[in-house]
Amino acid sequence: MSEAIFELKNISYTYKDKLEHTPALKNINLKIDKGDFVALVGPNGSGKTTLIKLILGVMKLQKGEIYIKGDNHQKYASWQEIGYVSQKSNSFAKGFPASVSEVILSGLTKQKGLFKRFSRKDKKRLEEVLELLDIQDLKDKNISSLSGGQTQRVFIARALINRPSILVLDEPTVGIDNQHVKEFYDVLLKLKKQSVTILLVTHDIGVVVDHANEVACLNGHLHFHGTNHEFKNLGEAELSKIYGFPLQLVSHDHDRECCV
Amino acid sequence: MIQALLEYEFIRYSFISGVIAGLIAPLVGTFIVIRRLSLIADALSHVTLGGIAFGVYLSSIFTVTINPLITGIIFSIMGALGIERLRSVYKHYQELAIPIIMSLGIAIGIVFLSLADGFNQDLFGYLFGSISAVSINDLLLIAGIGLIVILFIFFLYKELFMVSFDEEYANVMNINKWIYVAFIIVVALVISASMRIVGILLVSALMTLPVASAMRITSSFKQLMIVSVIFGEIAVIAGLFLSFHLNISPGGTIVLVSILILLGTILLNRLGVSRNGSRAQEV
Repeated sequence: MSEAIFELKNISYTYKDKLEHTPALKNINLKIDKGDFVALVGPNGSGKTTLIKLILGVMKLQKGEIYIKGDNHQKYASWQEIGYVSQKSNSFAKGFPASVSEVILSGLTKQKGLFKRFSRKDKKRLEEVLELLDIQDLKDKNISSLSGGQTQRVFIARALINRPSILVLDEPTVGIDNQHVKEFYDVLLKLKKQSVTILLVTHDIGVVVDHANEVACLNGHLHFHGTNHEFKNLGEAELSKIYGFPLQLVSHDHDRECCV
Repeated sequence: MIQALLEYEFIRYSFISGVIAGLIAPLVGTFIVIRRLSLIADALSHVTLGGIAFGVYLSSIFTVTINPLITGIIFSIMGALGIERLRSVYKHYQELAIPIIMSLGIAIGIVFLSLADGFNQDLFGYLFGSISAVSINDLLLIAGIGLIVILFIFFLYKELFMVSFDEEYANVMNINKWIYVAFIIVVALVISASMRIVGILLVSALMTLPVASAMRITSSFKQLMIVSVIFGEIAVIAGLFLSFHLNISPGGTIVLVSILILLGTILLNRLGVSRNGSRAQEV
Protein backbone atom coordinates (compact mmCIF):
# COMPACT_ATOMS: atom_id res chain seq x y z
CA MET A 1 0.00 0.00 0.00
CA SER A 2 1.38 3.41 -0.89
CA GLU A 3 2.17 6.00 1.76
CA ALA A 4 -0.50 8.66 2.38
CA ILE A 5 0.95 12.17 2.16
CA PHE A 6 -2.21 14.11 2.97
CA GLU A 7 -5.19 12.61 4.74
CA LEU A 8 -8.18 14.85 5.37
CA LYS A 9 -10.95 13.61 7.63
CA ASN A 10 -14.34 15.32 7.92
CA ILE A 11 -13.06 18.83 7.26
CA SER A 12 -15.69 21.56 7.60
CA TYR A 13 -15.01 25.28 7.63
CA THR A 14 -17.30 28.28 8.04
CA TYR A 15 -16.27 31.90 7.56
CA LYS A 16 -17.64 33.70 10.57
CA ASP A 17 -18.46 37.36 10.34
CA LYS A 18 -20.40 39.43 12.86
CA LEU A 19 -23.48 39.33 10.67
CA GLU A 20 -23.35 36.12 8.75
CA HIS A 21 -21.84 32.68 8.75
CA THR A 22 -20.80 31.43 5.33
CA PRO A 23 -20.01 27.74 5.13
CA ALA A 24 -17.06 27.21 2.76
CA LEU A 25 -16.30 23.53 3.20
CA LYS A 26 -18.57 20.71 4.28
CA ASN A 27 -17.38 17.34 5.44
CA ILE A 28 -14.40 16.88 3.14
CA ASN A 29 -12.60 13.53 3.14
CA LEU A 30 -9.61 13.24 0.85
CA LYS A 31 -6.51 11.08 0.71
CA ILE A 32 -3.49 11.89 -1.45
CA ASP A 33 -0.79 9.25 -1.80
CA LYS A 34 2.90 9.64 -2.40
CA GLY A 35 3.72 10.46 -6.02
CA ASP A 36 0.15 11.42 -6.89
CA PHE A 37 -0.50 14.43 -9.11
CA VAL A 38 -3.89 15.65 -7.95
CA ALA A 39 -5.73 18.51 -9.62
CA LEU A 40 -8.22 20.31 -7.41
CA VAL A 41 -10.87 21.96 -9.56
CA GLY A 42 -14.10 23.80 -8.93
CA PRO A 43 -15.80 27.13 -9.58
CA ASN A 44 -14.82 30.41 -7.91
CA GLY A 45 -15.68 30.45 -4.22
CA SER A 46 -15.84 26.66 -4.02
CA GLY A 47 -13.37 26.50 -1.12
CA LYS A 48 -10.24 25.36 -2.99
CA THR A 49 -7.94 28.00 -1.54
CA THR A 50 -9.54 27.60 1.90
CA LEU A 51 -8.79 23.89 1.79
CA ILE A 52 -5.17 24.51 0.76
CA LYS A 53 -4.69 27.04 3.56
CA LEU A 54 -6.14 24.64 6.11
CA ILE A 55 -3.80 21.88 4.94
CA LEU A 56 -0.80 24.20 5.15
CA GLY A 57 -1.77 25.44 8.60
CA VAL A 58 -2.12 29.07 7.49
CA MET A 59 -5.75 29.03 8.61
CA LYS A 60 -6.97 27.41 11.80
CA LEU A 61 -8.88 24.18 11.47
CA GLN A 62 -12.42 24.36 12.88
CA LYS A 63 -13.65 20.82 12.41
CA GLY A 64 -12.04 17.59 11.29
CA GLU A 65 -8.49 16.32 11.18
CA ILE A 66 -5.59 16.66 8.78
CA TYR A 67 -2.66 14.27 8.68
CA ILE A 68 0.55 14.90 6.80
CA LYS A 69 2.67 11.77 6.33
CA GLY A 70 0.74 10.15 9.15
CA ASP A 71 1.33 13.01 11.64
CA ASN A 72 -1.45 15.28 12.81
CA HIS A 73 -0.63 18.50 10.93
CA GLN A 74 -0.19 20.44 14.16
CA LYS A 75 2.60 18.08 15.14
CA TYR A 76 4.10 17.82 11.66
CA ALA A 77 7.56 19.36 11.80
CA SER A 78 9.07 19.00 8.31
CA TRP A 79 7.39 21.96 6.61
CA GLN A 80 10.53 22.53 4.58
CA GLU A 81 9.58 19.43 2.52
CA ILE A 82 6.63 21.38 1.14
CA GLY A 83 6.92 23.83 -1.73
CA TYR A 84 4.03 26.29 -2.03
CA VAL A 85 2.97 28.83 -4.62
CA SER A 86 0.05 30.97 -3.53
CA GLN A 87 -2.65 32.50 -5.66
CA LYS A 88 -1.77 36.08 -4.83
CA SER A 89 2.00 35.76 -4.88
CA ASN A 90 2.62 38.46 -7.39
CA SER A 91 0.30 41.04 -5.86
CA PHE A 92 2.52 41.78 -2.85
CA ALA A 93 5.76 41.64 -4.84
CA LYS A 94 4.89 44.99 -6.37
CA GLY A 95 7.11 47.70 -4.98
CA PHE A 96 9.26 45.38 -2.91
CA PRO A 97 12.94 46.27 -3.17
CA ALA A 98 14.45 42.81 -3.63
CA SER A 99 16.20 41.04 -6.48
CA VAL A 100 14.89 37.85 -8.08
CA SER A 101 17.83 35.87 -6.61
CA GLU A 102 17.07 37.07 -3.10
CA VAL A 103 13.41 36.09 -3.42
CA ILE A 104 14.19 32.61 -4.75
CA LEU A 105 16.91 31.96 -2.15
CA SER A 106 14.45 32.85 0.61
CA GLY A 107 12.73 29.53 -0.19
CA LEU A 108 15.65 27.85 1.61
CA THR A 109 15.10 29.76 4.87
CA LYS A 110 13.46 26.95 6.83
CA GLN A 111 15.69 24.22 5.47
CA LYS A 112 18.85 26.11 6.45
CA GLY A 113 17.61 26.65 10.00
CA LEU A 114 18.12 29.53 12.37
CA PHE A 115 21.36 31.54 12.49
CA LYS A 116 22.80 29.97 9.30
CA ARG A 117 23.63 31.98 6.21
CA PHE A 118 23.33 30.98 2.55
CA SER A 119 26.37 29.03 1.26
CA ARG A 120 28.01 28.59 -2.12
CA LYS A 121 26.09 25.32 -2.52
CA ASP A 122 22.81 27.22 -2.08
CA LYS A 123 23.86 29.70 -4.77
CA LYS A 124 24.61 26.78 -7.10
CA ARG A 125 21.14 25.39 -6.43
CA LEU A 126 19.77 28.85 -7.23
CA GLU A 127 21.42 28.70 -10.67
CA GLU A 128 19.81 25.28 -11.26
CA VAL A 129 16.27 26.47 -10.58
CA LEU A 130 16.83 29.65 -12.58
CA GLU A 131 17.72 27.44 -15.52
CA LEU A 132 14.85 25.02 -14.87
CA LEU A 133 12.33 27.86 -15.17
CA ASP A 134 14.21 29.67 -17.89
CA ILE A 135 14.65 32.88 -15.93
CA GLN A 136 18.47 33.18 -15.78
CA ASP A 137 18.30 36.61 -17.39
CA LEU A 138 16.04 37.93 -14.61
CA LYS A 139 18.46 36.94 -11.83
CA ASP A 140 19.59 40.44 -10.79
CA LYS A 141 16.40 42.27 -11.67
CA ASN A 142 14.18 43.92 -9.12
CA ILE A 143 11.17 41.68 -8.45
CA SER A 144 8.73 44.57 -8.77
CA SER A 145 9.94 45.38 -12.28
CA LEU A 146 8.80 42.01 -13.69
CA SER A 147 5.59 41.21 -15.52
CA GLY A 148 2.90 39.10 -13.81
CA GLY A 149 3.93 35.94 -15.63
CA GLN A 150 7.64 36.43 -14.91
CA THR A 151 6.91 37.06 -11.23
CA GLN A 152 4.85 33.89 -11.05
CA ARG A 153 7.76 31.88 -12.50
CA VAL A 154 10.03 33.38 -9.83
CA PHE A 155 7.61 32.15 -7.14
CA ILE A 156 7.52 28.71 -8.69
CA ALA A 157 11.34 28.72 -8.56
CA ARG A 158 11.20 29.71 -4.89
CA ALA A 159 8.91 26.75 -4.20
CA LEU A 160 11.26 24.36 -6.01
CA ILE A 161 14.63 25.52 -4.65
CA ASN A 162 14.54 23.34 -1.54
CA ARG A 163 13.80 20.20 -3.58
CA PRO A 164 10.37 19.68 -1.99
CA SER A 165 8.87 16.19 -1.90
CA ILE A 166 5.41 17.77 -1.76
CA LEU A 167 4.25 20.65 -3.96
CA VAL A 168 1.12 22.66 -3.27
CA LEU A 169 0.25 25.06 -6.08
CA ASP A 170 -2.69 27.44 -6.01
CA GLU A 171 -3.37 28.55 -9.59
CA PRO A 172 0.34 28.92 -10.33
CA THR A 173 0.00 29.53 -14.06
CA VAL A 174 -2.25 32.58 -13.91
CA GLY A 175 -0.76 35.25 -16.15
CA ILE A 176 1.83 32.99 -17.75
CA ASP A 177 1.94 32.71 -21.54
CA ASN A 178 1.15 29.41 -23.31
CA GLN A 179 4.75 28.55 -24.11
CA HIS A 180 5.81 28.91 -20.48
CA VAL A 181 2.69 27.11 -19.21
CA LYS A 182 3.72 24.16 -21.32
CA GLU A 183 7.26 24.31 -19.96
CA PHE A 184 5.86 24.57 -16.42
CA TYR A 185 3.84 21.38 -16.86
CA ASP A 186 6.93 19.66 -18.30
CA VAL A 187 8.74 20.57 -15.08
CA LEU A 188 5.84 19.20 -13.01
CA LEU A 189 5.85 15.93 -14.96
CA LYS A 190 9.60 15.63 -14.43
CA LEU A 191 9.07 16.13 -10.70
CA LYS A 192 6.24 13.60 -10.70
CA LYS A 193 8.63 11.02 -12.15
CA GLN A 194 10.86 11.75 -9.14
CA SER A 195 7.89 10.78 -6.90
CA VAL A 196 7.12 14.34 -5.86
CA THR A 197 3.51 14.58 -4.67
CA ILE A 198 1.67 17.43 -6.35
CA LEU A 199 -1.56 19.13 -5.34
CA LEU A 200 -2.55 21.68 -7.99
CA VAL A 201 -5.49 24.07 -7.83
CA THR A 202 -6.45 25.20 -11.31
CA HIS A 203 -9.22 26.30 -13.61
CA ASP A 204 -7.42 24.90 -16.63
CA ILE A 205 -9.38 21.65 -16.85
CA GLY A 206 -8.10 20.83 -20.34
CA VAL A 207 -4.50 20.72 -19.18
CA VAL A 208 -5.40 18.95 -15.98
CA VAL A 209 -7.02 15.95 -17.59
CA ASP A 210 -3.91 15.45 -19.70
CA HIS A 211 -1.29 15.81 -16.96
CA ALA A 212 -2.77 15.03 -13.55
CA ASN A 213 -3.47 11.42 -12.66
CA GLU A 214 -6.22 12.28 -10.21
CA VAL A 215 -8.88 14.96 -10.17
CA ALA A 216 -10.86 16.24 -7.17
CA CYS A 217 -13.88 18.46 -7.80
CA LEU A 218 -14.83 20.78 -5.01
CA ASN A 219 -17.85 22.99 -4.55
CA GLY A 220 -18.35 23.21 -0.81
CA HIS A 221 -18.60 19.43 -0.83
CA LEU A 222 -16.14 17.11 -2.50
CA HIS A 223 -18.31 16.15 -5.47
CA PHE A 224 -15.88 13.89 -7.22
CA HIS A 225 -12.48 12.33 -6.61
CA GLY A 226 -11.11 9.85 -9.09
CA THR A 227 -8.58 9.25 -11.86
CA ASN A 228 -8.34 11.62 -14.79
CA HIS A 229 -9.88 8.93 -17.01
CA GLU A 230 -12.90 8.69 -14.75
CA PHE A 231 -13.14 12.50 -14.78
CA LYS A 232 -13.08 12.56 -18.59
CA ASN A 233 -15.98 10.14 -18.59
CA LEU A 234 -18.14 12.28 -16.34
CA GLY A 235 -21.27 13.30 -18.16
CA GLU A 236 -22.26 16.85 -18.95
CA ALA A 237 -25.00 16.70 -16.34
CA GLU A 238 -22.59 15.80 -13.55
CA LEU A 239 -20.05 18.49 -14.52
CA SER A 240 -22.78 21.10 -14.71
CA LYS A 241 -23.99 20.06 -11.26
CA ILE A 242 -20.51 20.66 -9.81
CA TYR A 243 -20.00 24.01 -11.50
CA GLY A 244 -23.56 25.21 -11.17
CA PHE A 245 -23.80 26.13 -14.84
CA PRO A 246 -23.84 24.20 -18.16
CA LEU A 247 -20.42 22.77 -18.96
CA GLN A 248 -18.94 20.20 -21.27
CA LEU A 249 -15.50 18.88 -22.09
CA VAL A 250 -14.66 19.32 -25.75
CA SER A 251 -11.59 18.07 -27.51
CA HIS A 252 -9.25 20.29 -29.55
CA ASP A 253 -6.80 17.93 -31.23
CA HIS A 254 -4.70 16.65 -28.32
CA ASP A 255 -6.00 19.00 -25.71
CA ARG A 256 -9.35 19.03 -24.06
CA GLU A 257 -10.80 22.23 -22.95
CA CYS A 258 -13.49 23.25 -20.62
CA CYS A 259 -16.27 25.10 -22.35
CA VAL A 260 -19.42 26.77 -21.18
CA MET B 1 34.87 70.22 15.22
CA ILE B 2 37.78 67.82 14.63
CA GLN B 3 39.80 69.70 17.20
CA ALA B 4 36.90 69.61 19.61
CA LEU B 5 36.58 65.87 18.99
CA LEU B 6 40.16 65.40 20.08
CA GLU B 7 39.90 67.78 22.99
CA TYR B 8 36.54 67.14 24.63
CA GLU B 9 35.35 63.78 25.86
CA PHE B 10 31.66 64.62 25.65
CA ILE B 11 31.93 65.55 21.97
CA ARG B 12 33.67 62.23 21.36
CA TYR B 13 30.89 60.35 23.17
CA SER B 14 28.23 62.14 21.12
CA PHE B 15 30.08 61.51 17.88
CA ILE B 16 30.51 57.78 18.56
CA SER B 17 26.87 57.37 19.62
CA GLY B 18 25.84 59.28 16.51
CA VAL B 19 27.83 56.93 14.30
CA ILE B 20 26.24 53.92 16.03
CA ALA B 21 22.76 55.40 15.58
CA GLY B 22 23.53 56.19 11.92
CA LEU B 23 24.31 52.51 11.43
CA ILE B 24 21.57 50.71 13.36
CA ALA B 25 18.63 53.06 12.72
CA PRO B 26 18.62 52.67 8.89
CA LEU B 27 19.53 48.97 9.21
CA VAL B 28 16.41 48.21 11.24
CA GLY B 29 14.57 50.94 9.33
CA THR B 30 14.91 48.90 6.11
CA PHE B 31 12.74 46.15 7.58
CA ILE B 32 10.33 48.67 9.12
CA VAL B 33 9.78 50.47 5.83
CA ILE B 34 9.22 47.36 3.73
CA ARG B 35 6.87 45.88 6.30
CA ARG B 36 4.96 49.15 5.99
CA LEU B 37 5.37 49.84 9.67
CA SER B 38 7.05 53.24 9.30
CA LEU B 39 4.74 54.85 11.83
CA ILE B 40 5.59 52.30 14.51
CA ALA B 41 8.91 54.06 15.06
CA ASP B 42 6.99 57.27 15.70
CA ALA B 43 4.61 55.62 18.15
CA LEU B 44 7.43 53.95 20.05
CA SER B 45 9.47 57.13 20.27
CA HIS B 46 6.51 58.85 21.93
CA VAL B 47 6.19 55.95 24.34
CA THR B 48 9.89 56.37 25.08
CA LEU B 49 9.13 59.99 25.92
CA GLY B 50 6.58 58.71 28.45
CA GLY B 51 9.27 56.46 29.92
CA ILE B 52 11.78 59.28 30.13
CA ALA B 53 9.24 61.54 31.82
CA PHE B 54 8.54 58.72 34.26
CA GLY B 55 12.29 58.43 34.97
CA VAL B 56 12.60 62.17 35.51
CA TYR B 57 9.57 62.05 37.84
CA LEU B 58 11.01 59.15 39.86
CA SER B 59 14.30 61.02 40.19
CA SER B 60 12.43 64.09 41.41
CA ILE B 61 10.54 62.27 44.17
CA PHE B 62 13.32 59.91 45.29
CA THR B 63 16.74 61.06 46.25
CA VAL B 64 18.48 58.54 43.94
CA THR B 65 19.06 59.55 40.31
CA ILE B 66 17.53 57.15 37.81
CA ASN B 67 18.91 57.27 34.27
CA PRO B 68 15.78 58.20 32.24
CA LEU B 69 17.25 56.29 29.29
CA ILE B 70 16.64 53.05 31.21
CA THR B 71 12.98 53.84 31.98
CA GLY B 72 12.68 55.00 28.35
CA ILE B 73 13.93 51.61 27.10
CA ILE B 74 11.57 49.73 29.44
CA PHE B 75 8.54 51.78 28.32
CA SER B 76 9.54 51.47 24.69
CA ILE B 77 9.73 47.66 24.92
CA MET B 78 6.36 47.53 26.69
CA GLY B 79 4.92 49.80 23.99
CA ALA B 80 6.38 47.49 21.31
CA LEU B 81 4.74 44.45 22.86
CA GLY B 82 1.49 46.42 23.19
CA ILE B 83 1.52 47.25 19.47
CA GLU B 84 2.10 43.59 18.51
CA ARG B 85 -0.78 42.57 20.79
CA LEU B 86 -3.15 45.25 19.44
CA ARG B 87 -2.26 44.34 15.85
CA SER B 88 -3.68 40.88 16.44
CA VAL B 89 -6.79 42.32 18.16
CA TYR B 90 -7.57 44.62 15.18
CA LYS B 91 -6.72 42.17 12.41
CA HIS B 92 -8.29 44.21 9.62
CA TYR B 93 -7.23 47.60 10.97
CA GLN B 94 -3.73 46.80 12.14
CA GLU B 95 -2.56 50.41 11.82
CA LEU B 96 -5.01 51.36 14.62
CA ALA B 97 -2.48 49.95 17.08
CA ILE B 98 -0.12 52.82 16.24
CA PRO B 99 -2.25 55.87 17.18
CA ILE B 100 -3.50 54.05 20.29
CA ILE B 101 0.00 53.41 21.62
CA MET B 102 1.27 56.80 20.42
CA SER B 103 -1.40 58.77 22.25
CA LEU B 104 -0.87 56.63 25.34
CA GLY B 105 2.85 57.49 25.23
CA ILE B 106 2.22 61.22 24.92
CA ALA B 107 -0.43 61.11 27.65
CA ILE B 108 1.92 59.34 30.07
CA GLY B 109 4.65 61.82 29.10
CA ILE B 110 2.47 64.85 29.83
CA VAL B 111 1.20 63.46 33.15
CA PHE B 112 4.65 62.65 34.54
CA LEU B 113 6.25 65.83 33.20
CA SER B 114 3.58 67.89 34.94
CA LEU B 115 4.09 65.91 38.13
CA ALA B 116 7.87 66.34 37.85
CA ASP B 117 7.53 70.09 37.59
CA GLY B 118 7.50 70.65 33.89
CA PHE B 119 9.98 71.35 31.18
CA ASN B 120 13.66 71.48 31.98
CA GLN B 121 16.86 71.71 30.01
CA ASP B 122 17.40 67.96 30.10
CA LEU B 123 14.08 67.31 28.49
CA PHE B 124 14.82 69.70 25.66
CA GLY B 125 17.83 67.48 24.85
CA TYR B 126 15.69 64.35 24.86
CA LEU B 127 13.12 65.92 22.54
CA PHE B 128 15.43 67.45 19.94
CA GLY B 129 18.74 65.69 20.49
CA SER B 130 21.83 67.01 22.11
CA ILE B 131 25.51 67.07 21.29
CA SER B 132 26.57 67.58 24.88
CA ALA B 133 24.32 65.29 26.90
CA VAL B 134 25.85 61.87 26.17
CA SER B 135 27.58 60.52 29.27
CA ILE B 136 29.98 57.57 29.31
CA ASN B 137 27.16 55.44 30.79
CA ASP B 138 24.84 56.46 27.94
CA LEU B 139 27.56 55.64 25.44
CA LEU B 140 28.14 52.18 26.91
CA LEU B 141 24.39 51.52 26.85
CA ILE B 142 24.13 52.72 23.23
CA ALA B 143 27.16 50.62 22.18
CA GLY B 144 25.63 47.56 23.89
CA ILE B 145 22.35 48.09 22.05
CA GLY B 146 24.28 48.59 18.80
CA LEU B 147 26.01 45.23 19.24
CA ILE B 148 22.72 43.43 20.01
CA VAL B 149 21.05 44.95 16.92
CA ILE B 150 23.91 44.08 14.55
CA LEU B 151 24.11 40.48 15.81
CA PHE B 152 20.31 40.15 15.55
CA ILE B 153 20.26 41.27 11.93
CA PHE B 154 23.38 39.33 10.95
CA PHE B 155 22.17 36.00 12.27
CA LEU B 156 18.45 36.32 11.53
CA TYR B 157 18.71 38.11 8.19
CA LYS B 158 17.07 35.39 6.12
CA GLU B 159 14.18 34.92 8.55
CA LEU B 160 13.62 38.69 8.72
CA PHE B 161 13.67 38.89 4.93
CA MET B 162 11.17 36.05 4.69
CA VAL B 163 8.64 37.47 7.16
CA SER B 164 8.97 40.93 5.59
CA PHE B 165 8.57 39.78 2.02
CA ASP B 166 5.87 37.16 2.36
CA GLU B 167 4.26 36.63 5.72
CA GLU B 168 2.00 33.87 4.42
CA TYR B 169 4.91 31.82 3.05
CA ALA B 170 6.74 32.35 6.35
CA ASN B 171 3.66 30.91 8.09
CA VAL B 172 3.60 27.91 5.78
CA MET B 173 7.30 27.32 6.43
CA ASN B 174 6.48 27.60 10.14
CA ILE B 175 9.07 30.31 10.76
CA ASN B 176 9.18 31.00 14.49
CA LYS B 177 6.62 33.55 15.58
CA TRP B 178 8.96 34.99 18.22
CA ILE B 179 10.88 36.68 15.40
CA TYR B 180 8.07 39.26 15.16
CA VAL B 181 8.25 40.01 18.87
CA ALA B 182 12.07 40.02 18.90
CA PHE B 183 12.06 42.41 15.94
CA ILE B 184 9.76 44.93 17.55
CA ILE B 185 11.83 44.82 20.76
CA VAL B 186 14.92 45.52 18.64
CA VAL B 187 13.09 48.51 17.12
CA ALA B 188 12.37 49.78 20.63
CA LEU B 189 16.06 49.40 21.54
CA VAL B 190 17.19 51.27 18.42
CA ILE B 191 14.84 54.14 19.22
CA SER B 192 16.20 54.41 22.74
CA ALA B 193 19.77 54.32 21.45
CA SER B 194 19.24 56.91 18.70
CA MET B 195 17.15 59.43 20.60
CA ARG B 196 20.05 60.86 22.63
CA ILE B 197 21.48 62.33 19.43
CA VAL B 198 18.50 62.86 17.11
CA GLY B 199 15.87 63.45 19.76
CA ILE B 200 12.60 61.62 20.32
CA LEU B 201 10.58 63.72 17.93
CA LEU B 202 12.84 62.97 14.99
CA VAL B 203 14.18 59.50 15.71
CA SER B 204 11.78 57.86 13.27
CA ALA B 205 13.19 60.10 10.53
CA LEU B 206 16.62 58.53 10.94
CA MET B 207 15.02 55.10 10.54
CA THR B 208 12.93 55.88 7.50
CA LEU B 209 14.42 58.76 5.46
CA PRO B 210 17.72 57.05 4.52
CA VAL B 211 15.71 53.97 3.43
CA ALA B 212 13.25 56.07 1.46
CA SER B 213 16.21 57.67 -0.36
CA ALA B 214 18.04 54.39 -0.98
CA MET B 215 14.88 52.76 -2.37
CA ARG B 216 15.01 55.13 -5.33
CA ILE B 217 18.38 53.92 -6.58
CA THR B 218 18.84 50.28 -5.57
CA SER B 219 17.59 47.04 -7.07
CA SER B 220 18.27 44.42 -4.41
CA PHE B 221 17.56 44.19 -0.72
CA LYS B 222 21.21 43.91 0.30
CA GLN B 223 22.05 47.01 -1.74
CA LEU B 224 19.14 48.78 -0.07
CA MET B 225 20.51 48.02 3.40
CA ILE B 226 24.06 49.10 2.53
CA VAL B 227 23.04 52.32 0.78
CA SER B 228 20.59 53.18 3.60
CA VAL B 229 23.38 52.87 6.16
CA ILE B 230 25.70 55.02 4.01
CA PHE B 231 23.00 57.72 3.75
CA GLY B 232 22.30 57.43 7.50
CA GLU B 233 25.97 57.93 8.35
CA ILE B 234 26.33 60.89 5.97
CA ALA B 235 23.29 62.51 7.57
CA VAL B 236 24.49 61.94 11.14
CA ILE B 237 28.09 63.07 10.58
CA ALA B 238 27.20 66.10 8.46
CA GLY B 239 24.33 66.93 10.83
CA LEU B 240 26.60 66.78 13.90
CA PHE B 241 29.19 69.04 12.23
CA LEU B 242 26.52 71.58 11.31
CA SER B 243 24.96 71.40 14.75
CA PHE B 244 28.34 71.96 16.43
CA HIS B 245 29.28 74.94 14.28
CA LEU B 246 25.85 76.58 14.34
CA ASN B 247 25.39 75.71 18.01
CA ILE B 248 21.91 74.22 17.52
CA SER B 249 20.25 70.85 18.33
CA PRO B 250 21.63 68.04 16.14
CA GLY B 251 18.18 66.47 15.55
CA GLY B 252 17.13 69.22 13.19
CA THR B 253 20.35 69.33 11.18
CA ILE B 254 20.58 65.52 10.84
CA VAL B 255 17.03 65.29 9.53
CA LEU B 256 17.51 68.24 7.18
CA VAL B 257 20.60 66.59 5.68
CA SER B 258 18.52 63.37 5.27
CA ILE B 259 15.85 65.33 3.46
CA LEU B 260 18.49 66.85 1.16
CA ILE B 261 19.77 63.34 0.37
CA LEU B 262 16.18 62.26 -0.34
CA LEU B 263 15.65 65.18 -2.72
CA GLY B 264 18.99 64.34 -4.39
CA THR B 265 17.98 60.72 -5.02
CA ILE B 266 14.57 61.74 -6.36
CA LEU B 267 16.32 64.14 -8.71
CA LEU B 268 18.84 61.48 -9.72
CA ASN B 269 15.95 59.13 -10.36
CA ARG B 270 14.23 61.72 -12.53
CA LEU B 271 17.42 62.25 -14.49
CA GLY B 272 17.16 58.70 -15.65
CA VAL B 273 19.03 56.44 -13.28
CA SER B 274 16.72 53.48 -13.50
CA ARG B 275 16.06 51.30 -10.50
CA ASN B 276 17.13 48.29 -12.48
CA GLY B 277 19.59 49.96 -14.73
CA SER B 278 23.23 49.10 -14.80
CA ARG B 279 24.17 52.23 -12.93
CA ALA B 280 22.19 51.10 -9.90
CA GLN B 281 24.67 48.25 -9.56
CA GLU B 282 27.50 50.72 -9.10
CA VAL B 283 25.93 52.31 -6.03
